[in-house]
Amino acid sequence: MIKTSGLAKTFKGGVEAVRSIDLTVRAGEIVGFLGPNGAGKTTTMRMLTTLLRPTAGTAVIAGHDLVTDPQGVRRRIGYVSQGGGVGPSAPVGEEIELHARLYGMGAAEARERVAGTLERLGLTALAARPGGALSGGQRRRFDLAFGLVHRPSLLFLDEPTTGLDPQSRANLWGHIRRLRDEDGLTVFLSTHYLDEADTLADRLVVIDHGTVVAEGTPAELKGGAGTLDDAFLAITGRSLREDGEAAEPGAPPGGPHGDPGPPDGQADDVPAAGGALARSAGQAAAAGKRGAR
Amino acid sequence: MNAVRDTWLVTRHNVRIVLRQKAGIVFGVLQPMLYLALFGPLFATIGTWETLVPGLLAQVGLFSAGLSGVGIVFDARSGVLERLRVTPARRTALLLGRVLGSSLTVLIQSVILIAAGYAFGLRAPLPGVLAGLALMTLLGVGLAALSNAIALVMDPDAFAPIVSTAVIPLVLLSGAFLPMSMAPAWLDAISRLTPFRHVVEAIRDLFAGHYATWTVATGVAVTAVLAVACVAVGTRIFSRENA
Repeated sequence: MIKTSGLAKTFKGGVEAVRSIDLTVRAGEIVGFLGPNGAGKTTTMRMLTTLLRPTAGTAVIAGHDLVTDPQGVRRRIGYVSQGGGVGPSAPVGEEIELHARLYGMGAAEARERVAGTLERLGLTALAARPGGALSGGQRRRFDLAFGLVHRPSLLFLDEPTTGLDPQSRANLWGHIRRLRDEDGLTVFLSTHYLDEADTLADRLVVIDHGTVVAEGTPAELKGGAGTLDDAFLAITGRSLREDGEAAEPGAPPGGPHGDPGPPDGQADDVPAAGGALARSAGQAAAAGKRGAR
Repeated sequence: MNAVRDTWLVTRHNVRIVLRQKAGIVFGVLQPMLYLALFGPLFATIGTWETLVPGLLAQVGLFSAGLSGVGIVFDARSGVLERLRVTPARRTALLLGRVLGSSLTVLIQSVILIAAGYAFGLRAPLPGVLAGLALMTLLGVGLAALSNAIALVMDPDAFAPIVSTAVIPLVLLSGAFLPMSMAPAWLDAISRLTPFRHVVEAIRDLFAGHYATWTVATGVAVTAVLAVACVAVGTRIFSRENA
């Protein structure tokens, strides 16, 4: 479903956000994409979803060449970005109908598809509301609906549960798992929550300094290390907990580990406000680790 | 995907959003009304309503189109734009649909302004008024496309002050408030180098019922070239990655 070779992105000004990514994702897999802040996760995601042109390497996504046939890729994939894509003022139902129609559906087909998707995600009653009137968890489910309404064969999720309360996270995980089990959807999700990676993903790919440094099932990666956090520490030389603490407001956007992120001023992986969230996740992981001992 | 169909879909969506923002329309209409009510009678002592109203139309159109990029910054921040960029819709359709939707507000404001102008004493023939509106709308769409694209690549906090400052001399030099025939020679000469003067003078001719004049021809040509160039440059910037 995804096959990349030497995929790389160097931004103008020479910032090497992604050095070389070799990835294979098979149909029907849920693959977790893990890495510290500034490792190149979001840049990789944005390349795989046609939003950024790679500066080197090749990739075939859902049967279409990423560089020569981005339109073909767009037709087959769904993408839920880290910040989501629900506008503040229009009724979400209207937005999602437009979204569906841009995939070539007629009015009746789009309405039917939207109704089905919303029902499945438990959103039907909320469709008339503007995005600004929704809770974080509701908005995230609508983001998922945008990504699914055209029935893609491959779904990209960039940090899907960042900022959600535990209940909303569990709810979203349930939906993602069901989509794979019932529809055979392939899911590629980036996260820096180790519990999310551990419970949701069939396989994990760990990226650091713009290249893949480890991959395998959660059990394989844990190996003798005990917990995924220990394994992560062993692989990247830092724990996600430290990473979260480093991402305090005021710290450089890409974290203190070298990669300053794209030069357009956007943080690569975590917006400044995400620091506290990352830390709380880290603390949760740390608490879990203490409890296990 | 069909680019025309996509443009229409995005336009319709944006029209709905625009029509819901009633405060924006009301205040957008109120401003030129104030000019009409408080400056019009003064102007009428030296000129005609057929000269003033086209100038006010140009003023409304240029400021609205120039600043229309402010809205797209919100779309970019809320992630709506990126979400749409991952669909197979053409980039041009995403940009033009947005621009056409916001141009509708300006058109509504312009029509109300002209209607009020008739109440004050404007006596312009309908074909001339319609032609003038068409010209102004075409120019507005072009400038708005450029504005939207620039807003995406510029510092969002600097965009509104810089653009509104840039529009002021262009509006003044177009002779929108007082015809440039009253200006000293040096100012008149500078004004001839700016595009909007030719458009304003063409609309004044149209409002006066003079259709087949060089002034009209020049205004139409300037508008067409400007609109096409702005849309082309705007689409180019908008289609760039990271924009």
